[in-house]
Amino acid sequence: MQPRVAIQTADFDLGAEVAALRAGDAGVGGVVAFVGTVRDRHLSHGEPAGSIRSMELEHYPGMTEAAIEAMIDQAMQRFELRAVRVIHRVGELQPLDQIMMVAVSAAHRGQAFQACEFLMDYLKTQAPFWKKEQTAAGSRWIDARSSDDAALARWGIAAASNAPAAGPLEPHS
Amino acid sequence: MKVDVRYFASIREALGSGETLEVAQGATVASVRDVLIARGGAHASALARGKALRTALNKVLCDDAARLPEGGAELAFFPPVTGG
Repeated sequence: MQPRVAIQTADFDLGAEVAALRAGDAGVGGVVAFVGTVRDRHLSHGEPAGSIRSMELEHYPGMTEAAIEAMIDQAMQRFELRAVRVIHRVGELQPLDQIMMVAVSAAHRGQAFQACEFLMDYLKTQAPFWKKEQTAAGSRWIDARSSDDAALARWGIAAASNAPAAGPLEPHS
Repeated sequence: MKVDVRYFASIREALGSGETLEVAQGATVASVRDVLIARGGAHASALARGKALRTALNKVLCDDAARLPEGGAELAFFPPVTGG
């Protein structure tokens, strides 16, 4: 069986990953997958297309993998799942590139949909990754969003306030 | 005892990738942070109280009150995470 977590610079093939996830397991009734991709603008900032030229993703080697493994353990306890695979890229990425994927197989779709969303909410607020964008005006670290903390709170988990408290955002560097 | 301090993302840009510190037995995350802030300059601003900052002890998220284990620890300071 392939490892559940991969942190890599290389791109991935969702179709191949889904095939591997359910290979030989006739107990699987469905697979739900999410793929995160690089946008070229922030809709909330009213930016035009092409504002973001590239993105650099940093992580904390060792901790990132362990944090995601722990999240998958929690998901396996909470939901009736057959298998989980998480891939997250690091390094420099361009708009349109794939950033990451979560794929979950289960006997029934309800558990798979829920577990996929649970894992995404968890990963957004607890896994040590940081995005830095390159724009025409220079580079800037992306701010954490309090809406991501709220998303995790739906599952009864406090995010330990990942995002800054409500109020003015810190200036971009 | 020794603690390996590590910085990531915007904090790494301000302070470098990390350093090894000698701290007293019984030190906490908060007390190490205070020692670093007391240096002033870039450390004081990057690690300032009230700033959104997260910490991990031996690669597990922790709060300010967490006590450093005897026999060495890795303590990381980083901004709120933004993966996914």
